[in-house]
Amino acid sequence: MSNTVLSVENVHTFYGQIEALKGISLYVDSGEIVTLIGANGAGKSTTLNTISGLLSPKAGSIKLFDEVISGLPVHKVTAKGVVQVPEGRRIFPRMTVEENLNMGAFLRNKDAAGIKESMGRVFDLFPRLKERRTQKGGTLSGGEQQMLAMGRGIMAKPKLLMLDEPSMGLAPVVVETIFETIEKLNQEGTTILLVEQNAAMALSVAHRGYVLEVGSIALEGLGTELLHNEQVRKTYLGES
Amino acid sequence: MSLSYLLEQTLNGVTLGGLYALLALGYTLVYGILLMINFAHSELFMLGGYVGLGVLKLLSDPATVKATGLGFLEPIQAFFMSGTVGFVALLVATFGISAIVVGILGMVIERFAYRPLRHAPRLAPLISAIGVSIFLQNAVLLWIDSKQLPYTRADGSAFVTAQTAFTIGTVHVSTMQVFIVVTSLVLLALLDTFVSKTRIGRAMRATSQDGEAAGLMGVNINSVIALAFFIGPALGAVAGVFNGMYYGSVKFNMGFVPGIKSFTAAVIGGIGNLRGAMLGGFLLGIIESLASGFVSNAYRDVIAFVVLILVLIFRPGGLLGEAVAEKV
Repeated sequence: MSNTVLSVENVHTFYGQIEALKGISLYVDSGEIVTLIGANGAGKSTTLNTISGLLSPKAGSIKLFDEVISGLPVHKVTAKGVVQVPEGRRIFPRMTVEENLNMGAFLRNKDAAGIKESMGRVFDLFPRLKERRTQKGGTLSGGEQQMLAMGRGIMAKPKLLMLDEPSMGLAPVVVETIFETIEKLNQEGTTILLVEQNAAMALSVAHRGYVLEVGSIALEGLGTELLHNEQVRKTYLGES
Repeated sequence: MSLSYLLEQTLNGVTLGGLYALLALGYTLVYGILLMINFAHSELFMLGGYVGLGVLKLLSDPATVKATGLGFLEPIQAFFMSGTVGFVALLVATFGISAIVVGILGMVIERFAYRPLRHAPRLAPLISAIGVSIFLQNAVLLWIDSKQLPYTRADGSAFVTAQTAFTIGTVHVSTMQVFIVVTSLVLLALLDTFVSKTRIGRAMRATSQDGEAAGLMGVNINSVIALAFFIGPALGAVAGVFNGMYYGSVKFNMGFVPGIKSFTAAVIGGIGNLRGAMLGGFLLGIIESLASGFVSNAYRDVIAFVVLILVLIFRPGGLLGEAVAEKV
């Protein structure tokens, strides 16, 4: 068996008549952090939504290990172990922190002991959530909500964790905490596909990266390579 | 204006409120998940009354056996018509079968009339619901009867005789009232526990708060919606059978007024909120009864809707509804 967790081959996704993804190919190996960077509207979220089954590709294939998962509905893709932490957190606002985390473990219903253990792990990573465990999700701050959204993802015991813009709208201090956690999760063995606008942060933690431009992959390479690529520096890191 | 009169009217109101609450839950469950008003719900309530009547006749009306030639039902009827055990079994069968049949019908309606329109503009499923409502009413009108059917055996005897269960002072409380109030409270408590404590109930709440995110947690949204379309109509059917027993008859258009009232109750309580629907149902029932008892029977509907307007003015989200900030 190869150690490629996810392979996306020549995927095309449409919104009505508009072709949002024009033949994307990428792969994620076991134990990697791979990042997908690009401008607004480049198709980063569309790529994640296509992998997770929220959108269905018109052509191309998506494989988890050796199993084709493209075309499956979202809850079945989740059941296979591909777990997406969506853009904008999307926590359940009228549920408590604990209930939100339990929802993350929705498919592990026969594994009460394992769920408890995972919850302990989430509380270790984010002690703030433990303090607020009985508080409603909607009353948390933006940073806490992002922690909760990530915690919910961890609760699913993913084979591949996909994070969509985890730094969006957060204070720099909080962004740092989030990225530290991403690295920590990865060191503990979680394979991560990370979509980010904050290219500098993303490339500094990622093993490899892809640069998306209007629905196609423009560049790919090691994280450090891309970080020092002139074109990337100009376009995404704001250097002139 | 004696105290006992007040008590009597309140009691009537609580009974009516139980019916409204059961019915209001169907509106609120569906709205909470799909943001859609199921206008066919009042017809499912009506059908509940008809199915219940059919079951009662088949299981405990000897004349029905003779008329339909279903002779094998005779020994079964003998059981259901003998003593307390038979009577309780008869009630359980009536309510159970009516709830299950109508619940399944609710799921079928969702599958064929609403699901294909899930991604259409919000007006489309609403119109589809009105279509289903008109269809069901006319189907009953055409295939069953245009006149009201008495909720009795062919010889005119009631299936559940109205007895006085007990008296408070001079107020007589009938067994039927006790039965309706207790059953609706039990069903409401069961539903509340199911939704707040169980795993599937939690999935329902998650779906209503953010369907897409619930899908990402592995929840099969279609199953959750189908379940909501089973539970709501099943409770509505129970209310329909109660309605038939309490008022003594069923008619093809009997769903209209209770439907509007229960929808009002759901809005008063805060649509989408289960406890709100229960609270709104009982409140509206009591207010209506008091209004008809102390003001005038002709004004009961006026007062009910004035309450709705007042709630909408002062608490637009409903009594238990949360003020939801507009998402940007």
